[in-house]
Amino acid sequence: MSTAPAPDLLDLRLLFVTGKGGVGKTTVAAGLAQLAAEHGKRVLVCEVDAKGDVTSLFEAPPTDFTPREIAPGVWSMSMDTEASLREYLKLQLRIPVVGRIGPLAKAFDFVATAAPGVREILTVGKFCWEVKERHYDLVVVDAPASGHIVGQLAAPQAINDLVKVGLIRNQTDWMLEILSDPRQTGLVAVCTPEEMPVSETLELEKRVREETTVRMSAVVVNRVLPELFGQREEEIFEELRAPETEDVLSERAGGSVAPVLEAARLAVTMRRTRSAHLQRLQAGLPEGMPVLLLPYLFVRSFGVRTTRQVAHALGEELGL
Amino acid sequence: MTSPTPAPAAKTVRQLLAAKDIVIACGPGGVGKTTTAAALAATSVVEQGGRVLVLTVDPARRLADALGLKGIGNDEVRIPDEVFAAAEARPRGELWAAMLDTKQSWDDLIRRHAPDAETREQILANPLYQNISGRFVQSHDYIAMERLYEIHSEGKYDLIVVDTPPTRNALDFLDAPQRMADFFSSRLLRWLIVPYRSRLVNMASRPFYQVADRILGTQFLADISEFFILFQSMYAGFVERADAVTRLLSDRRTTFMVVSTLEATPVREAEFFSAQLTARKLHLGAVVLNKVLPEYLRDVKTDKLAESIAARAVELGDGLTDDPVVASRVLGEVADSFLNFSIVARREAEQQAELKGAPDVLVTVPFFDADIYDMAGLLRLGALVWE
Repeated sequence: MSTAPAPDLLDLRLLFVTGKGGVGKTTVAAGLAQLAAEHGKRVLVCEVDAKGDVTSLFEAPPTDFTPREIAPGVWSMSMDTEASLREYLKLQLRIPVVGRIGPLAKAFDFVATAAPGVREILTVGKFCWEVKERHYDLVVVDAPASGHIVGQLAAPQAINDLVKVGLIRNQTDWMLEILSDPRQTGLVAVCTPEEMPVSETLELEKRVREETTVRMSAVVVNRVLPELFGQREEEIFEELRAPETEDVLSERAGGSVAPVLEAARLAVTMRRTRSAHLQRLQAGLPEGMPVLLLPYLFVRSFGVRTTRQVAHALGEELGL
Repeated sequence: MTSPTPAPAAKTVRQLLAAKDIVIACGPGGVGKTTTAAALAATSVVEQGGRVLVLTVDPARRLADALGLKGIGNDEVRIPDEVFAAAEARPRGELWAAMLDTKQSWDDLIRRHAPDAETREQILANPLYQNISGRFVQSHDYIAMERLYEIHSEGKYDLIVVDTPPTRNALDFLDAPQRMADFFSSRLLRWLIVPYRSRLVNMASRPFYQVADRILGTQFLADISEFFILFQSMYAGFVERADAVTRLLSDRRTTFMVVSTLEATPVREAEFFSAQLTARKLHLGAVVLNKVLPEYLRDVKTDKLAESIAARAVELGDGLTDDPVVASRVLGEVADSFLNFSIVARREAEQQAELKGAPDVLVTVPFFDADIYDMAGLLRLGALVWE
């Protein structure tokens, strides 16, 4: 691993955002894109799983392989292996594919299944190509869940080991160059302060370091609960929960306050369990790895408003 | 084709598990799928007895710890009774656990299907094979189902609870056996092998080879075809096997349990998954919703009360304790916190209402105060899901 100081997150050219399912990976990818755009950058967000989640966070209709501007400064596209193959053949290998690509794509699909890594190369290759062509200042990839990202990022190297000659071999060289350059490429791992996501993030950090040439740039901890009380407040809270006090309070308030107090107790317990995991995360990461905290958003739904909230919270954490 | 008379629908997870051989826990990642699968298996052993296996794909050490094991490997191991005893429970049967080791399972599969020792060794040494078996995800999906089939056909267990791999697309593993069968019976495959077996490449396929050759290089193509030529001896076995795995998944003794939370993204995935199961005529036995916030957070009256507490915190906090200033501040915080969480709880309630195609059994499991780290925790969770 390079020991050079890490560049600012937004100064990178290619940023993979990954994390265990359900931790808010897409929300963070959208937030980072929004933040970069607010800082005057042209950003491309790429969705690999093509569920239309990124665009819905900008309240825009889903996009396909052709990028479309979905917010000022933010373009979006979703990965499509066949379209990528067509583009790849045409632009990279200078093999014009006339007419339908169907049979070739089918054959390719077949080879890709047989020769793993070929499919991944097209996905990663497309991102690298966008970086190389400098169509955008920053490419943010809403990458596959942590279990898959290592395979994808390691694909160019795997192909390099497997394929000794041929055009695809020449292709992997420049891809590896981009992926291995910590000034250009980074990876952001998203997790929540819960047991499994933290364990997986620590494991991912290790695997990324050992099995890929990509550098992990930061960990984003999503859904961090607010600290409700200090120590003195907690003592008073316990006094308020004493049965006689609670009764008096209920009488004054005009209804049973038990559920309100119980909810606060639950919030305190959740927060406490979570901060233990947060500490475990910080202790387990290599020294100097930035850990950005995002507050839990108590909102009814996620859309452009929450995307901006996330962007601003990230901006604050990055000191922007 | 007429479908067999449906059995009376199960009302609880207990009834469901009593009537099935295989329960496949599936759904989005990060919702407690592995833990739920293990909890159900453990509870089933305590409540119903029999030999129960939990087959997990999750290498989390915590599960091994909770089950009182040093680690779980590809081979099934029995959970010692002492582990139950420590949780003050008495197993009526045996709980077994195994973790899927993709590479090991692939190697076993090759050993089983290879026609002779030479082919076997050649395949195991082939660089493409090593890549497929070790590194790549699609093979994970297939091998999980293959291993399930293998274990089931040995007939050693009364119940097998499977925790499915976290797939990019939650359905990949369902299609994996069919894809594998298609793959090995494909005409394209034979087409690909032809030029390396005879010098005769017909005019129609020549452009393909030229393109393939330019992209991949001759050596690589040769590697690919060597791999397939070796595999050819096993095609029939593979295809037959993949078909059998597919049949097992749609067997009436097999049921699916979708596990999710009520967060927006997991719910959407769970809903999609449920719809797909139904469309494929697979049996969706239960939906388990984990980490659901308590119901009192959705109560409108309490919500109003919290609003009023927030507004009157100073007045209400006076004279209750010896520190009215802090008491008022605490009341304000408490009320705000309630209002915050009630927004989330109501969002969850809406998500739950939107879960269409409700299965026979829908279970909600409340938020646990602490993480589950031992058998007692698993059984506590299991008990909540059980009835």
